[in-house]
Amino acid sequence: MLKLVTKNIGVENSHTLAVAREHGAYSRTAKALAMSPDDLVQEVIQSNLRGLGGAGFPAGRKWSFLPKDSPKPRYLVVNGDEGEPGTCKDKYIMIHDPHLLLEGIIIACWAIRSHKAFIYIRGEYDLPITRMEAAIAEAKAAGILGEKVMGHDFALDVVVHRGAGAYICGEETALLESLEGKRGWPRLKPPFPAVEGYMRCPTIVNNVETLSYVPFVVEMGGPAFAALGCERNGGLRMHTVSGRVNRPGVYELPVGTSLREIIYTHAGGIVGGRALKAVIPGGSSSPVLTADEIDVPMDFDSLAKIGSMAGSAGIIVFDETVSMVEALQVLIRFYAHESCGQCTPCREGTAWLEKIVTRILDQGGQPGDADNMLRIARNIMGNTICPLGDAAALPVISFVTKFRSEFEVWINKGRPVASIPLRPTHIGEPAMAS
Amino acid sequence: MPKVTIDDRTIEVHAGTTVIQAAEQLGIFIPHYCYHPGLSIAGSCRMCLVEIEKNPKLQIACYTMVTDGMVVRTTTPAVTIARAAILEFLLANHPLDCPVCDQAGECKLQEFYMRFGRYDSTLLEDKLKKHKAIPIGPHIILDSERCILCSRCTRFVDEVTKTHELAIFNRGSHAELLPVRDAVVDNPYSGCLADVCPVGALTDRDFRFQVRVWYLEKTESICHGCARGCNIEIHTNRRRTHHNNGRLIARFKPRHNADVNGYWICDAGRYSYKGLESDDRLLSPAARGQAGLSWTDALAQVDEQVTSAIAAHGVGSVAVIATPSLSNEEIWALRRLFREGMKVDAIAHLCPPDPNGVTDDLLRQADTFPNSFGASVIIPGSPPAVESVLSSAADGRIKTLFVIGSGLAERIASERLKEALSRVELAIAIQTHHSVVTEAATFAMPMTTYAECTGTVTNSAGRVQRFWSAMPPLGDSRPLLDILADLAARWEVPSAPRDPQSCFAELAGCVEYYAGLTYATLGSIGVNPRQMAVPSA
Repeated sequence: MLKLVTKNIGVENSHTLAVAREHGAYSRTAKALAMSPDDLVQEVIQSNLRGLGGAGFPAGRKWSFLPKDSPKPRYLVVNGDEGEPGTCKDKYIMIHDPHLLLEGIIIACWAIRSHKAFIYIRGEYDLPITRMEAAIAEAKAAGILGEKVMGHDFALDVVVHRGAGAYICGEETALLESLEGKRGWPRLKPPFPAVEGYMRCPTIVNNVETLSYVPFVVEMGGPAFAALGCERNGGLRMHTVSGRVNRPGVYELPVGTSLREIIYTHAGGIVGGRALKAVIPGGSSSPVLTADEIDVPMDFDSLAKIGSMAGSAGIIVFDETVSMVEALQVLIRFYAHESCGQCTPCREGTAWLEKIVTRILDQGGQPGDADNMLRIARNIMGNTICPLGDAAALPVISFVTKFRSEFEVWINKGRPVASIPLRPTHIGEPAMAS
Repeated sequence: MPKVTIDDRTIEVHAGTTVIQAAEQLGIFIPHYCYHPGLSIAGSCRMCLVEIEKNPKLQIACYTMVTDGMVVRTTTPAVTIARAAILEFLLANHPLDCPVCDQAGECKLQEFYMRFGRYDSTLLEDKLKKHKAIPIGPHIILDSERCILCSRCTRFVDEVTKTHELAIFNRGSHAELLPVRDAVVDNPYSGCLADVCPVGALTDRDFRFQVRVWYLEKTESICHGCARGCNIEIHTNRRRTHHNNGRLIARFKPRHNADVNGYWICDAGRYSYKGLESDDRLLSPAARGQAGLSWTDALAQVDEQVTSAIAAHGVGSVAVIATPSLSNEEIWALRRLFREGMKVDAIAHLCPPDPNGVTDDLLRQADTFPNSFGASVIIPGSPPAVESVLSSAADGRIKTLFVIGSGLAERIASERLKEALSRVELAIAIQTHHSVVTEAATFAMPMTTYAECTGTVTNSAGRVQRFWSAMPPLGDSRPLLDILADLAARWEVPSAPRDPQSCFAELAGCVEYYAGLTYATLGSIGVNPRQMAVPSA
């Protein structure tokens, strides 16, 4: 099976420059630097490469939004914050193939005429940070980065910036604030970062995985890359599968592979042969799917059509023993904890929802709780500065709507539908019925 | 210029106008917390969400720029639901301690709940505990539980005073406004924090628990603390006279004037109201060794002694010190009486600088007189400096000396004042407060403060601004215009009108600088006859 960004994983010392070069690193840089920046942008537009951090915005089009006549410097900011629960793909690239990412950065910076790139990596990612810093040092020593990138008349400096572990700093404008040394609060938009980003200069923010595919777009050409995937969503992407599957892990597959195939073929099916109950397809913010909704291609448009999101392709699989109420508590606790606190609906709404779910689980459910949760979540939806509000509201709405009867059992002080506890903290109370 | 339609009414506005500003121009109120016209846009409270055609989501009116042809609706079901929802969120962790909260009555949470909330509570959860009643500076006390995190205060200390004492700490619903490390909020404008806070989180330590705001009456005035002439409101309490320690004036609040003070006033000005009813106010006429004189006796004795002094030494032995604490009208009446009526040449108003005066790049000016500009325009020629008049008095060249208006004791050593006033044969002080001047004078007569009379002052930029009487004269004090008119009648010389408006009209007819101005044209925010753009605060 074709692998691109993961093909060097497993190769010994793949993170070193010498080994990486043997396996193709920087072999596409010269080709890219020979192209005009505008042609390069066109190539990426034709590849149908989309933002793989989760938003799915077409990467080439994003690059084309940079103002043509700004006298200010331009920046590339690489989003390696990877905070979306259920997602752990970018770190494998940074650990095992840091030079691939650097090559993507060089090509992207050439395309957008930037001479400085920042890689913003979440603070918990110790090894990825070490590996990226080592790779940058190696690349500088080898003349790959610096005043003359591989001998071309093109200067590029790449800097690693370590985040401090806030989910919100994965939101691009909060990330930029954090990068500037400020509190990671999302900015009001417009202006978008392409117009006013880092230090109010034109800035492109791309995910690690997105940029790591760029060398392959150059290598095989935009149309050929696009042909690997499906309509309007080209190439391959990394799917992180976790939860109750036999082989959890990261799978690089053509975009549009069906969710069923990913769960049952690649991830080896459900643990213990139990029945599938639900799947979160694209990281914890994406609306949950029921077992009979998994015959869906994992591309951005197909999942949007059925009311969910491909997001970061962080697939979380729930079997029949998972209590959806407990699962939602885990999710909403995360969002309440990670809400930055800047705008009212998210700050207060997420915390309120967490309190309600917790009360229900503590046998304090009241009639009307389910409807109230829906109402609160809908009052958050669309009314916040950044997408964190929606990210918290969507799981609540989908869990309560699709698994309402399970919530009602809890609310009516019944015992759960027989579950293997998700949260160790809840073991104190007999979570297992009968 | 783009045209925008809000709730079916269309208006043409300047490019760059936001929806909330365009609505305001139409008289349509869009509720808001974080938006403050004197601060940058935060867009975080989400109270100003409105429906804009062609937008799938509600948009915040404070940040959205008007574009040509934009159609905005502020009363649709979606907007109504969103507003109630935002209030519900804001109140979810709010302590609802209105009965003991000093903000009650001027709290935007109360006000907007009654106008836009009115939902039944579905909240069954416990509220968060945060820090309460922390004095964060000499003037401000913080209650974090009441804070709605609108960030007006942090933007104020970041953008206006640039002192950065406050910040929001922690995340999510645990986010909390607190002072930064050991910072003390003692910047010279800290009182404004109580003004910008839309709820009871930041309250004024001086005002709090003195009187409920719904008992207050408001009078427009001009701060007399320095030559800036900040526009203020004087809040008086006449309905609960046993409250507020029996004082009538409860507080000063800034009044918006884009050309003078913006939305702010300094703390020195804000708390200067205390002097207006202080224990050292001069409350009745007095002669040396003769306290509690009646006005009739005081005026008769002054009349008699001045007349005989002039008869004995000639009018050249008379001098008047008139400090620029006086209004334009008062200075004009002085000029009419002494210069044109009595032919006194020496009318001195140029005082040495106040050692406590401070100039900063926001509002405060080193000249702590409110009307130096007016005095210099109204008193023609080149009058002697106050210090040289005092020297002449100490030398015995001046036999009769009038000292009118306050401010000398702060600027001139008391020994020097005492010496000058005791050397002259006749010293007549017309003053608002007891001081070394009234102690050393032969006669002391109480005049009203600017809170007890009406008039105008001219600020350092030349702007002429009105102030109104906020309270009746304290004790037996009388408006200076009346005192001077009474003296003029006794000396049988013409006087300026007793009524300030007529007095100003006469002034405007005679002094070129004020030509064409009337109380009506001055309005409530004044006029600068020089038509000179003054940097807005």
